[in-house]
Amino acid sequence: MSSLALLRAVFSREFRAYFATPLAFVFIVIFLFAMGAFTFYVGNFYDNEQADLTVFFGYHPWLYLFLLPALAMRLWAEETRSGTMELLMTLPLPQWVSVAGKFFAAWAFAGLALALTFPIWVTVNYLGDPDNGVILASYAGSFLMAGAYLAIGAAVSSATSNPVIAFIVAVVICFLFTITGAPLVLNLFQAWAPLAVVQAVSSFSVLSHFAAITRGVIDLRDVFYFLSLIGLFLGANMLILDLRKGG
Amino acid sequence: MIEIQNLTKRFGAVTAVRELNLSAGRGEVLGVLGPNGAGKSTTMKMLTGYLAPDSGTARICDHDIQTDALAAQRMFGYLPEGAPAYGDMTPREFLAFIASVRGLAKTDAAAKAASACELGAVLDRPIETLSKGFRRRVGLAQAILHNPPVLILDEPTDGLDPNQKHAVRELIRTMAAEKTIIISTHILEEVEAVCSRAVIMDHGVIVADATPAELASRAPSGRLDDVFRAMTTGDRAA
Repeated sequence: MSSLALLRAVFSREFRAYFATPLAFVFIVIFLFAMGAFTFYVGNFYDNEQADLTVFFGYHPWLYLFLLPALAMRLWAEETRSGTMELLMTLPLPQWVSVAGKFFAAWAFAGLALALTFPIWVTVNYLGDPDNGVILASYAGSFLMAGAYLAIGAAVSSATSNPVIAFIVAVVICFLFTITGAPLVLNLFQAWAPLAVVQAVSSFSVLSHFAAITRGVIDLRDVFYFLSLIGLFLGANMLILDLRKGG
Repeated sequence: MIEIQNLTKRFGAVTAVRELNLSAGRGEVLGVLGPNGAGKSTTMKMLTGYLAPDSGTARICDHDIQTDALAAQRMFGYLPEGAPAYGDMTPREFLAFIASVRGLAKTDAAAKAASACELGAVLDRPIETLSKGFRRRVGLAQAILHNPPVLILDEPTDGLDPNQKHAVRELIRTMAAEKTIIISTHILEEVEAVCSRAVIMDHGVIVADATPAELASRAPSGRLDDVFRAMTTGDRAA
């Protein structure tokens, strides 16, 4: 039995679990509504008279901050609470398969929600002549960023049996990773710290890496940043599962 | 088939299982008896690789559960305490998932297990809407699906009505000859009904190991209840 077939089994169970309850529907509706509301009303999309999606993508980190932990919170906490954790952990599944299968299911679901924002892409192309290369890069960056937030959420979810606690702690950790690059935080450092320190703080930030991608340049360093965040937190996820095994 | 060696598990200051040694062979139906908190479930959790022991180990069909967990886990079917299952799935979907994880996706193993556990009527209803009896049978079907040489069942008939209990015991009896089955329970009549051997656990250690009939004969009344009570309440006079 290949690991890939096992991965597919775990993935499809998890992915379908989103649709077994109204969760998928509610999430997608709220996701699309929030994306639209922020872009058009808060971001004054029309008043900018710019045929690009800078405003739209600018809100992604902030919306993901709350929406994606909601998607990830059930991944492990729910298993612990319902007792199915014991079933899952005693099936002949390598641990990384369960961790990766769950993560990819959540990531694919987030990707689906993101893909459903396509009408806004159609809109800018109808209204003007945007740089579709930049938009494509931004979508890719947004998807990578979603992966990083979900990996954080999955790791936190594996540490508790309470989805609400998983949600709140994940939001806080995601928030820390988001704001380290915001002017609010950087200004605090800029006043006294050497430039190298400011850049180091900023380099931990989801915001600055995402902003770099939305300018239309997919720099390998930004891609690497998001992939290493994902790797780091999935590693933490496995470590937490191992520690819990010790009782 | 099953060898447990010096298995020990502590939770903080409490030693849940202490230096436990136990083995069971093919054709044996071993009942593990004990009051709540005796360490039965903890033993099963270590035996199946869900919990890591503080010391000692267990081997299932010669595969060490700690160093060769996946190979060991392929050898047994496990019904955890409370028969957990994914409530949002139907028994058909759930058993198909277990079959795919067990590498049996393209066989009719799931259908066979479902019919052995008489799940036909509820195959397409979400598990969370099923009665306790059906849920337990879904858990049992999941455990026997890959026809494993070893079955580990934690309170398989807890919460079932007398007819359902009878059906589950019949099922266990039909499988007994070619398997090694460990049943944890605090229902004494179960031991007399299906087990070929019984051990009584108390405070993490085994206090008795014999056939149910032998155990029962240790009490003047000849009843297993009295032996159980005498052994697990500190009164060894019986």
